Amino acid sequence: MSEIERAGDAHGQGPGTTLARGQGGVAEKFENPGLPEHRHRMGDTDPKAARRAERQVAILLVLSMIGSVLIVVSIIGVKYDGSFNQISLSTKAIGLSMFLSLFALGVGAVHWAKTLMPDDERIDYRHRQRGTTAERDQAVAILKEGTDESGIARRPLIRNTLIGAGVLFPIPAVFFFRDTGPLPGDDLSTTMWREGMYLTKDPEGGRIRASDLGLGSVVHVMPEGIEDQEEILNAKAKAAVLLMRLEPELLNPGSGREDWAVDGIVAYSKICTHMGCPVALYEQQTHHLLCPCHQSTFDVTRECKVIFGPAKRALPQLPIRVDAEGYLQAQSGFHEAVGPSFWERG
Amino acid sequence: MSSQTTVDKVAAGIGNYADDTAGASKIVNGFARKIFPDHWSFMLGEITLYSFVILLLTGTFLTFFYEPSAAETTYTGIYAPLAGQTVSEAYASSLRLSFDIRGGLLMRQVHHWAALVFVAATIVHMARVFFTGAFRKPRELNWVIGGVLALLAVFEGFTGYSLPDDLLSGTGIRIADAIILAVPVVGSYISFFLFGGEFPGQDFIPRFFTIHILLLPAVMLALIVVHLFFVVIHKHTQYPGPGRTEDNVVGFPLFPVYAAKAGGFFFIVFGVIALIAALFSINPIWAYGAYDPSPVTAGSQPDWYMGWLDGAVRLMPGWTEISAFGYTLSLNIFIPTTVIILFVMGALVAYPYLEQIATGDKREHHLLDRPRNAPTRTGLGVMAVTFYVLLWISGGNDIIAHIMQLSINDITRFLRVALFVLPAIAFVVTKRICLGLQRKDREKALHGRETGRIVRLPHGEFIEVHAPLSDLERWTLVQHEVQRPMEIEDRVDAGNPDTLYGRFQRRLSKFYFEDRVEPVTPAEVEAAHSHGELGSDEEHLAVGDKENAAIGTSQTLHG
Repeated sequence: MSEIERAGDAHGQGPGTTLARGQGGVAEKFENPGLPEHRHRMGDTDPKAARRAERQVAILLVLSMIGSVLIVVSIIGVKYDGSFNQISLSTKAIGLSMFLSLFALGVGAVHWAKTLMPDDERIDYRHRQRGTTAERDQAVAILKEGTDESGIARRPLIRNTLIGAGVLFPIPAVFFFRDTGPLPGDDLSTTMWREGMYLTKDPEGGRIRASDLGLGSVVHVMPEGIEDQEEILNAKAKAAVLLMRLEPELLNPGSGREDWAVDGIVAYSKICTHMGCPVALYEQQTHHLLCPCHQSTFDVTRECKVIFGPAKRALPQLPIRVDAEGYLQAQSGFHEAVGPSFWERG
Repeated sequence: MSSQTTVDKVAAGIGNYADDTAGASKIVNGFARKIFPDHWSFMLGEITLYSFVILLLTGTFLTFFYEPSAAETTYTGIYAPLAGQTVSEAYASSLRLSFDIRGGLLMRQVHHWAALVFVAATIVHMARVFFTGAFRKPRELNWVIGGVLALLAVFEGFTGYSLPDDLLSGTGIRIADAIILAVPVVGSYISFFLFGGEFPGQDFIPRFFTIHILLLPAVMLALIVVHLFFVVIHKHTQYPGPGRTEDNVVGFPLFPVYAAKAGGFFFIVFGVIALIAALFSINPIWAYGAYDPSPVTAGSQPDWYMGWLDGAVRLMPGWTEISAFGYTLSLNIFIPTTVIILFVMGALVAYPYLEQIATGDKREHHLLDRPRNAPTRTGLGVMAVTFYVLLWISGGNDIIAHIMQLSINDITRFLRVALFVLPAIAFVVTKRICLGLQRKDREKALHGRETGRIVRLPHGEFIEVHAPLSDLERWTLVQHEVQRPMEIEDRVDAGNPDTLYGRFQRRLSKFYFEDRVEPVTPAEVEAAHSHGELGSDEEHLAVGDKENAAIGTSQTLHG
């Protein structure tokens, strides 16, 4: 108790809480009353309660042992033939055994600490981080002496060249990363679509006859031959197209785009101009395309201009035509870069 | 008896060897009896630390089976719906890990749940540190380290989430690539160097793998060591209360109490995460399918800690993309991603120093603030939390629209306005609540606590009897120091008011401390009591005395 009282009195007042006497002998601030009297637990005074706590801890630790054994039993014992039921059963059996093993051990240890280990508050005293004036002076003196011994102040030639060398040496490290990838070139602006390339269904494949498309239908499209590309996913990430058939009079093509559609069939890049997610949701009634990632909404009747959401640019249109047998093919590649914006896009 | 001596002998032998080789006696003398204070909120940081350890353990297990390669392979595992499909090695090995390895699915789920808990515990721990002012001198640097760790935790989570190469994570990578592409001037170059060419390419999986299992964990582990080292040299903060001062730390010794409590708590955290992982599926990659850039699932959602950035991206209007002079500046992406991360990190790092300017206080603080006693700080904190939660809600605007049958456009428009209005309101309201709570503390310290006993006086008036507080009870309500604006205090240590800095400091100080409630002083209590005791009789019993004081009190209050 004496230590505790000392805490209240001698060390009771931190900076700013200094006890000052106001007028008429009344303190300006309250005085720290010191630690409250310690309250003993049942186990501290009643040996029966202590033995009970001891038994509880032991029971928890035994439960933990049982859990550990059950983990082994579940790993070896639960038949693991790869069927979903068995995987689920095995996961639950191992996981719940793990829970028992770990949780009971943890609770046992905490219970031991809380009921049986001494719970009287003890006190450590703090020291300020800042050194005493003497310590600080000594440190400064040491540093000064060392600096003098090195002669860096007296020899500016060494100092300046040291700075130069220190600044320069990490810079080449950056250049080691040069071959982590090629320069972008025009890769971001081009896709594999070329004049005369046939539109095929994704993922089943096969060319698309214009007459097979009913009004209101929508088809996911890839260029013919995409499976033969060296980097299929890279090609797909740029070449994906959505094909939709609307009433021709609903379309409002801008100048130069009058012949980009075939009888109300239009093809637009499926890659969102915002962050590149596939714009996969088509609302047939409103003719809106919705990107499921950030809800940019494009109006197909107005050249896929953005009508809502965080995208700025319209989806690029792929000009299409039909060949002699009525199959859809590209008139040309895209006239602009598809996908998310980048600095050099212009 | 003999076994006792054997144990003693062995212990002495080990101890002797440890001391001879590592100076163990000095370490034991210095650390074993270090005192730590007890409070449930101090366990938040522990949860963070323990989930990190769990991540290291389970992650190591996962690397034994995971194949960090984008090379194509044909899936031949036991999951029938994907049989014969061309998938990446990464995806195939993640499936094998889940279905063909005993305990593999459990380990994956423990790892994923532990990651979610890790980031959550980090953020709640930071909120605790913020609202109690534990970031004040001398702990500013440790707050900064914690902030960097929180940011790294998010990156670590994201890179790990990307490794299974399933459809959902691939969509996440696609978005990450767009974020990089939107960086002005160098975006396309960074993207090509990171992905080894065009998105997605073959390189990002092994690269993300190295970043996820080596680079980031190593940096984080180093920072965690420094973080804990600071906790040891600063000694832990404590909540104010009787006997707690700026110069002591009251609690229990590391050995044996905290060895058992904290050690036990590690197993509790591990056990609970194992329980969650056993019962609740997380990230069922087999249901999403392998990554392909052309399909996507409606209602795609990232892990929860990326939600606020996704929300910010969803709210940003598209017209903020600017094209001029042959270049495109995608502010609609750059601002709600890179800029907002830098802004949040900047604000986080700068905050302790900003508050130091406002208080002009260079002293060390080891007693925590009760949040109500720092109304402006608490208000700013709740403002930041409101901002964060609104962005997070925005990240789920499609789900909300779907569940509540509302227009997603209306929700988005509402949130665009709410993002600026609600945090401001939250600041004002929180500050008022804090000041109100402080006034309540004052009343309680002055007049005692309400007993719920209604007494009728001889002349017919009804009053409620208040019971006086003990010194111990009162101390918590009156112990804090009040800060006043520099303008009304003659502060010699503040900046020169004629300089720009001095003016800024005074304005900031006014913003922080103009509205304030000062703690009760002994003189005030004395005045309140003597008022109540007017006409009281020396002969009164103690109980009567108390009642009288309380009556006087409530008369002053309500009369």
